[in-house]
Amino acid sequence: MGSYQESVTLIYEALEPFLQPGLVLSEDSALVSDLGLSSLQVMELVAEVEDRLDITVPLNVLPDVRSIRQFAELLTRLTGDAA
Amino acid sequence: MSLLEKFAPFESIRADLNAHGMMPFGVVTEKILSPTEGLVGGKKTILAGTNNYLGLTFAPECVAAAQKATADEGTGTTGSRMANGTYSGHRALEQELAAFFGRDSAMVFTTGFLATMGMVATLTGPGDVLLIDGDSHASIYDGCKLSGADIVRFRHNDLADLEKRLRRLGERTANTLIVSEGLYSMMGDQAPLAGIVELKRKYGGYLLLDEAHSVGVLGKHGRGLAEAAGVEDEVDFVVGTFSKSLGSVGGFCVSSRPELELIRMAARAYIFTASPTPSVVASTRAALRLVAAHPELRKKLWRNANRLYEGLAKIGYQLGPQAGPVVAVFVDDREQAIAGWHQLLAAGVYVNLVLPPATPTGASLLRCSLSAAHTDEQIDKILDAFAALPMAASGKSAAPQTRTHSV
Repeated sequence: MGSYQESVTLIYEALEPFLQPGLVLSEDSALVSDLGLSSLQVMELVAEVEDRLDITVPLNVLPDVRSIRQFAELLTRLTGDAA
Repeated sequence: MSLLEKFAPFESIRADLNAHGMMPFGVVTEKILSPTEGLVGGKKTILAGTNNYLGLTFAPECVAAAQKATADEGTGTTGSRMANGTYSGHRALEQELAAFFGRDSAMVFTTGFLATMGMVATLTGPGDVLLIDGDSHASIYDGCKLSGADIVRFRHNDLADLEKRLRRLGERTANTLIVSEGLYSMMGDQAPLAGIVELKRKYGGYLLLDEAHSVGVLGKHGRGLAEAAGVEDEVDFVVGTFSKSLGSVGGFCVSSRPELELIRMAARAYIFTASPTPSVVASTRAALRLVAAHPELRKKLWRNANRLYEGLAKIGYQLGPQAGPVVAVFVDDREQAIAGWHQLLAAGVYVNLVLPPATPTGASLLRCSLSAAHTDEQIDKILDAFAALPMAASGKSAAPQTRTHSV
């Protein structure tokens, strides 16, 4: 694990249960304003990704994450750190 | 949005709350009559939401000590502990706190909030990790913001989740401060401290325990949950307040880590605020002696707590998971909670109304706190007032498994 593209794929998978049908995802989709996730759903998404990757995403870095791209960049960095 | 527009939503909330003629937040006690009674809205009211666990606010020893200190030393210190604000009483209180807790040293802060926020913010910095319980008090969250450390939350009182997060931290646990509370102020439940300590032993890290609601309440000698759980040696830092069982205002940290004396020189919440007044220091010292000399106060408190908890459970209310001096009555509907709060007050009973987002779950709470000074008659009156609420008759909230506790 560790490439940006792998992070994007993993986020797409983890997002599935939270999405309204018919939504088109792109790396620029914003989790809250485009995909309609509530703050609680964002936390659930983060927990799901943490479990899949067995990493910890600190709360203090989350305010900088708005889009799937930003989330994927963060995950790439965190998994890189752990390696 | 301009600077002040963000307060607009509060206007409608305030209007809702005012609909019954009195604002539930910031209620004025026109005259305080005793640790358990006051005049509210011109009416004699049983106070069942004051955190006055041992009922010491009117203890003659504490009142006399405060009066004498004011006469002898003046109304205030007008300065910080670091400058002119350390009197012999402040040092004596620190030595007495250290002795009470069996620790090497103690630091006295001006409020409990400052003690907790200041210790969390000063012990950790950028590159460190704060591993905190999800239901932590605002003072812990604010300390996290100030620290610059990475903030990781574990699910409230969930040892499996804590273990998962410690394991994932790997070597970073050497720079990790685990933060938990002895007794949680809204739900009244206690941390699984023995389990937390076991995980700390296995994975490493330091442990800070906020005993604001458990000092004087838990443990054979009233030293809190760390004493009750038999793990005091494993709790690196204990923080707490004087404003609950000790009946004044102020906060402290005790530790046997020699670095505590150095933290005095680094904690901004300690350095840049005026020290507690002589009267506060004197009454707190007197209260600490009373806590040590009168374990029967604690027994009385628990007897009262169990009586209220069992009574409310019998009526059919859904309560916090664990009996104790804080009894949280769950109300699903926010309007019902507000109406219920007003009806209780009309019946002469004051409790705390707690609405989301101040509650850990989505439910609203009618939060009671007990005192050793409550009489059986007062507790029966509280129970009668709760039994008369419409939601009691609806049978809507089923009684969960209940668990009572003794010290």
